[in-house]
Amino acid sequence: MNQPLIELHNITKVYGSGDSTVNALNNVSISVAAGELVAIMGASGSGKSSLLAIAGGLDRPTSGTGQIAGVELFTRSSERIAKLRRQTIGYVFQDFNLIPALTVMQNVALPLELDGLPASKARAEALVALTTMGIETLVKRFPDEISGGQRQRVAIARSFVGPRRVILADEPTGALDSRTGEAVIRALRERIDGGAAGILVTHDAKNAAWADRILLLKDGEITSETKTVRRAEELLSND
Amino acid sequence: MSIKHSLLAILTLGDCHGYQLRTELISRTSDSYSINIGQIYATLERLERDGLVAASDANEDGQIRYSITESGRGEAAEWLTAPVEHSAAQRDELAMKLALAVTLPGVDVDAMLTSQRLASLQALQNLTTVKQQTDERNPAELAWILVIDSQIFAVEAQLRWLDHVGGLLNRAAARGLSTQTDIQPNPAKRGRPAKASQK
Repeated sequence: MNQPLIELHNITKVYGSGDSTVNALNNVSISVAAGELVAIMGASGSGKSSLLAIAGGLDRPTSGTGQIAGVELFTRSSERIAKLRRQTIGYVFQDFNLIPALTVMQNVALPLELDGLPASKARAEALVALTTMGIETLVKRFPDEISGGQRQRVAIARSFVGPRRVILADEPTGALDSRTGEAVIRALRERIDGGAAGILVTHDAKNAAWADRILLLKDGEITSETKTVRRAEELLSND
Repeated sequence: MSIKHSLLAILTLGDCHGYQLRTELISRTSDSYSINIGQIYATLERLERDGLVAASDANEDGQIRYSITESGRGEAAEWLTAPVEHSAAQRDELAMKLALAVTLPGVDVDAMLTSQRLASLQALQNLTTVKQQTDERNPAELAWILVIDSQIFAVEAQLRWLDHVGGLLNRAAARGLSTQTDIQPNPAKRGRPAKASQK
């Protein structure tokens, strides 16, 4: 049994204080292993983005514990968490979050350079990630010179460049047409199949269906989840 | 799917024997229907009887080749260009079940919607797992992708409809409307209604 790369236990997040408190998350636990993609679905305000922010160390819960790749998430200093984010966690956002003044190559290599890797090594790693996404020919282009689908593929390449094995994606296809969206989700799925662990937050069932498990979040609680999917060969042989 | 018309459509490409027709049909529709060879021969007999195909004499292997006639060609062309009618009368099991459930006191419709949503999501995951193995750049897989996509779109539509039903019922509840009804006392007399002519 492989060790989960993402582990969250009894996460509760309360916003506000006194009489005006809102329970964004209530005692939520999630565990995601390498090679596994878990989708979280729920209406707006159900707590899905809060949960992703906590899993990525961008926010701290009111109570609960968490580990990313075996490293404690909430008891560390901000600097240690920032290092964990650079080295282990990759984020993919709906609006790509690429830096417009940097080329595609520089955008992808940046997290590694910030981590002290020499530029030449960082670029070599970035090229590997971009090649995996099939966009190695775009290295010298700037974000505004490429299409939305290409930008999102750059963002995915950046999310797993170097040793990072945890991918957290928040509505990554929200700004894309359905065909491009499917290509992006397919690319994300391939990366997960290559040994990463991922959480995908989406309102779109068609995207969520690429995950191994789908969790339904309502009012800050996981109300139900689908069973882990069977392999395609098994499904087809049942005919 | 109309097997009769599918066979005619394939025969417009050239003469075939029965087993060959089955193979062609399955590969072209990605085996979305399991068709047995008996069905193929029974259909070919009816097509021959109706003058839409002509059968050759059996060769030394006992095989009979079928060729399409002019009227068969016309029938195939008509079928291919005619739209498939959406039948409003066709009963949707899930819609009927939910429609009945909302009228029954004591039935937890929310729980029904949740369990159906999970089952549909699971179906969507299974279809997507199969689709993940496909490559649309491979022309041999296009028919297969078309069939899986059709099922994916249908399940997705069902999930959207379930969300819609949930919203509709929430709004009704917020307005204090109840859809639950007990059995109404039967005002009609027992037995068949009297004929108008009988006084």
